[in-house]
Amino acid sequence: MKKLIQKTLLSASLATALIATGGLFADDYAIDKKGAHASIQFKISHLGYSWMWGRFNDFDGSFSYDEKDKGASKISVTVNTKSVDSNHAERDKHLRSDDFLDVEKYPEAKFVSTSYNEASDGKAILKGNLTLHGVTKEIEVNVAQVGGGKDPWGGFRRGFEGTTRIALKDFGITKNLGPASAELDLIFNFEGIKQ
Amino acid sequence: MMIKNTQDYFGLMSKILHWLMAILIVGLFAVGLYMTELDYYDSLYHTLPWWHKSIGLLVIGLLIFRFIWKVINPMPKALESHKKWEVSLAHILQNIFYGLILLIGLSGYFISTAKGKGIEFFTLFEVPALPFMTQNPLNEDSADLIGEVHETLAIILIIFAVLHAVAALKHHFIDKDETLKRMINK
Repeated sequence: MKKLIQKTLLSASLATALIATGGLFADDYAIDKKGAHASIQFKISHLGYSWMWGRFNDFDGSFSYDEKDKGASKISVTVNTKSVDSNHAERDKHLRSDDFLDVEKYPEAKFVSTSYNEASDGKAILKGNLTLHGVTKEIEVNVAQVGGGKDPWGGFRRGFEGTTRIALKDFGITKNLGPASAELDLIFNFEGIKQ
Repeated sequence: MMIKNTQDYFGLMSKILHWLMAILIVGLFAVGLYMTELDYYDSLYHTLPWWHKSIGLLVIGLLIFRFIWKVINPMPKALESHKKWEVSLAHILQNIFYGLILLIGLSGYFISTAKGKGIEFFTLFEVPALPFMTQNPLNEDSADLIGEVHETLAIILIIFAVLHAVAALKHHFIDKDETLKRMINK
């Protein structure tokens, strides 16, 4: 009986010590939606004369990243397409319509990664399935880690930036905006809080 | 030619308001339907909405003036030959028309000012958004709903206008009374 109690106490203190050291085995991060330390922006050429920027204001997601097993990293993000925002009421209304995003039919866009390959210089290729406007296609995102570490409030954070370019018609968005505007650049910035 | 109404006849101002607004409203409807089908590269893509919005604001201004004019003028009596149900229906419909035009105008106003931007009234001045709209823009569901309200009410208005025109012709050609003439040259 005494041995059992001793063993239990030992395991309990070991477990507590491990958890107290910051959760070494947990590499899951939740994107900091509350603090809005994350953004999904896009830019598209306007007539070939300028870049028009916009963003999706409402999205959420999580990722896992283990320094000891980078290849196992993955991310999943869901976007509320209604939240498209190009700082122009009439244009945003048009973007939400069935000429473009058709948010009534497709209120969500999603990205679920399938592979992550980080090179020695820290730059990585993230592959995954993007579901936009009801169409799912594999895309490649150029990713780089910005940094990671403890924050002043008891948490641990890690941030990444990523870019990719998609052709609108690949996702069934066929409204003719002219030849210069066939593709859309997506720019992601995510800071995750380790769970 | 009298400007104001009398107990029996419409004055010049009432007639002008009636026909001017009728033409402008039918025009707005046609342009509204056409402009929303335009390709991004059509040369009228920006021009037509500009006209549509300016004339829409003009119609709202005319509506307000028309309402004030109605209140301070006598209402010409119904003709002897007008049946009771025709008189009631005419009064109800006039209120419906005023209400529809007002709601269509307001919904149009909110479509454009949903995020706080004002509307250009021709090249004269800008009609501002309501002050709190920049800080509290309409959410996406409201903005899209207002768009549908605008279009749906406009279609209803045109249907009523057609019925109104048919009724006027009925009075003129079938009843052979003065109803239509009173709005033109009597």
